[in-house]
Amino acid sequence: MGIDIRLPIGLMFTVLGVMLTVYGRISNPAIYARSLRINVNSMWGVVLLIFGALMLALGARSHRRAASRDPACQAIADREHGER
Amino acid sequence: MERRGLLPIANLTAIDWLIMLVYFGFVLGIGVVLKRYIKTSTDFFLAGRSLPAWICGLAFLSANLGAQEVIGMAASGAKYGIETSHFYWIGAVPAMVFLGVFMMPFYYGSRARSVPEYLRLRFDEKTRGFNAISFASMTVFSSGISMYAMAKLIQTLHLLDAPVARFGFPSGWTFHISIVIAAVIVLAYILLGGLTSAIYNEVLQFFLIVAGFLPLVFLGLKNIGGWSGLKLNLPANFTHSWRGLESAHTNPMGVEVFGLMMGLGFVLSFGYWCTDFLVVQRAMAADSISAARRTPLIAALPKMVFPLLVILPGMIAIALPTPNRPARNASASQVQQMNDSGKGLIPAKIDETTGAPLLDADGKPILDYDLAIPNMLLHYFPTGLLGLGLTALLASFMSGMAGNVTAFNTVWTYDIYQSYINKTASDGHLLWMGRVATLSGIALSVASAYAATRFNNIMDFLQLVFAFVNAPLFATFLLGMFWKRTTGHGAFFGLILGTASAAIHHGLTLPVGASAGIKGGWITLLHTYPSEMAQNFWTAIWAFCVCLAATAAISLTTRPRDEQELVGLVYSLTERPSEQHVPWYLRPGALGVVVLCLAVILNVIFR
Repeated sequence: MGIDIRLPIGLMFTVLGVMLTVYGRISNPAIYARSLRINVNSMWGVVLLIFGALMLALGARSHRRAASRDPACQAIADREHGER
Repeated sequence: MERRGLLPIANLTAIDWLIMLVYFGFVLGIGVVLKRYIKTSTDFFLAGRSLPAWICGLAFLSANLGAQEVIGMAASGAKYGIETSHFYWIGAVPAMVFLGVFMMPFYYGSRARSVPEYLRLRFDEKTRGFNAISFASMTVFSSGISMYAMAKLIQTLHLLDAPVARFGFPSGWTFHISIVIAAVIVLAYILLGGLTSAIYNEVLQFFLIVAGFLPLVFLGLKNIGGWSGLKLNLPANFTHSWRGLESAHTNPMGVEVFGLMMGLGFVLSFGYWCTDFLVVQRAMAADSISAARRTPLIAALPKMVFPLLVILPGMIAIALPTPNRPARNASASQVQQMNDSGKGLIPAKIDETTGAPLLDADGKPILDYDLAIPNMLLHYFPTGLLGLGLTALLASFMSGMAGNVTAFNTVWTYDIYQSYINKTASDGHLLWMGRVATLSGIALSVASAYAATRFNNIMDFLQLVFAFVNAPLFATFLLGMFWKRTTGHGAFFGLILGTASAAIHHGLTLPVGASAGIKGGWITLLHTYPSEMAQNFWTAIWAFCVCLAATAAISLTTRPRDEQELVGLVYSLTERPSEQHVPWYLRPGALGVVVLCLAVILNVIFR
């Protein structure tokens, strides 16, 4: 219904991933003493980024598929796309 | 006066706040985008019955994954170890499979808009009324408890202290501000997008919980030396889920195999997963009967591995040899006391007036297990990831609330308002009523959250009453769906007798070490159980058996309904949905077998 849920999920995790990765790069290494000296911000940021991009790609693919269908069926396609 | 644990303070920085803001932005954004698709009451209450199975499945799981679940299961993991996983592998998965394979065709196929409405179609008005009214009050109450727990946690962790001080509010207002913010956000996104909005946010929250807690498990396990390191640091029955279950006296939970399988694995779990509209509503939103049947089966897959995410951190928290870090507003001697009396990352509860740890009947310090997850987050996560972890926790509180509120507004509007107050209401009017019910539901939740701060006993009492009402429910559904002879009178009076027998059983028994009152034994004491959990399981078993026998007996003496009227509502009179065109791996039966096999394998691995 309405929007493909994968698009907002993908977008949110991409944004969070970028934020964590960038912060991991610029943050003071001393803060990682508690996380066993692993820069978890950078590492997990990249994981979230990959997940977010994947969800965006899946969402966008079904969006494109719906758009490329016969224009006469567009109304139905739009509705189906929303359901997917 | 009891004081909950003194914690390391959450020192949040800009990045943590930014992460929270991004999440809240998306939550509200989804509501705003969905608003234009809400045109009818079906759109608002049932998401237009248009969602694919995987979305409903994740929401089905997430709706139950409130923060009490996350915090409570971690606490139980710290207290009882891997035995807690029975709440998942025994106490959830089989019931979810049963719902998907056997019961969903009747819920979805009968086109009932709610679980109480199914009872109306199958039995009669009074059975529906009983269920609708008790369910509606229970949802409002649970949502309030969720809200209360969240505000309390925010207060304990001093999360909002800095912003509250910055905006010039008195420091005692953290609790009120937390409640208002949570209420406004949940209200906004449900008013905008109805059930679709709640479901979409539940899916978002599912991924957020995984994203926020998985690194915690990695770091904790790495620190303690993996599963083998964890085993070295815990007693043997903490890492074996079936050890010592032959007797209630040889395992930490104090239950024995029969009580566990029958009480938790059958009566309580089937009673919750198969009849609670909060979860069933998610499956009813699916776009087809086959998607609705797959919904609980899809949910069962992640449900099985959730112990890794929520129980394991609790076990690590108690196993760690690390002492607690000192807290900011505790005196040095208090911190010393808590660390000396606590275990791992879990502090002892401290009596605030004397500064000494609270002791149980055996003179051992009482540990504050509920702090397992928050303490783990604060212990391992640097700023940045900490923001993500806390956001995941807040998200689960809010989606727990939203789940209850969406179930409430539907039951109120369809089963109470449309049935008893305004029978001729137009669809537009019902949609309006749904929005009013959402607003009132949240207002009532806020009221019960404040009631919880004042009258703890009333809250415990209400929780008990709801447990009595729920205990026999599955017997009614089981007979109703699978025995066409069951009558409305049988169902209604069976339920009443089942509920009464739950109360009577509670009044006659006590867990060991407890005194008569809210814990039981208020009639007279006939039996003592080794633990409160054992008492709960047996209360449920009694209620179920009495309801089953009474419903059957009364049904046999009352006039049955015409079989024609029961088509689509009872198993033997309903055509099986055709699965010819569905590939085998999407058929509910096959999926159910796969899910059950996986659950057995997990039980064998962690036996």
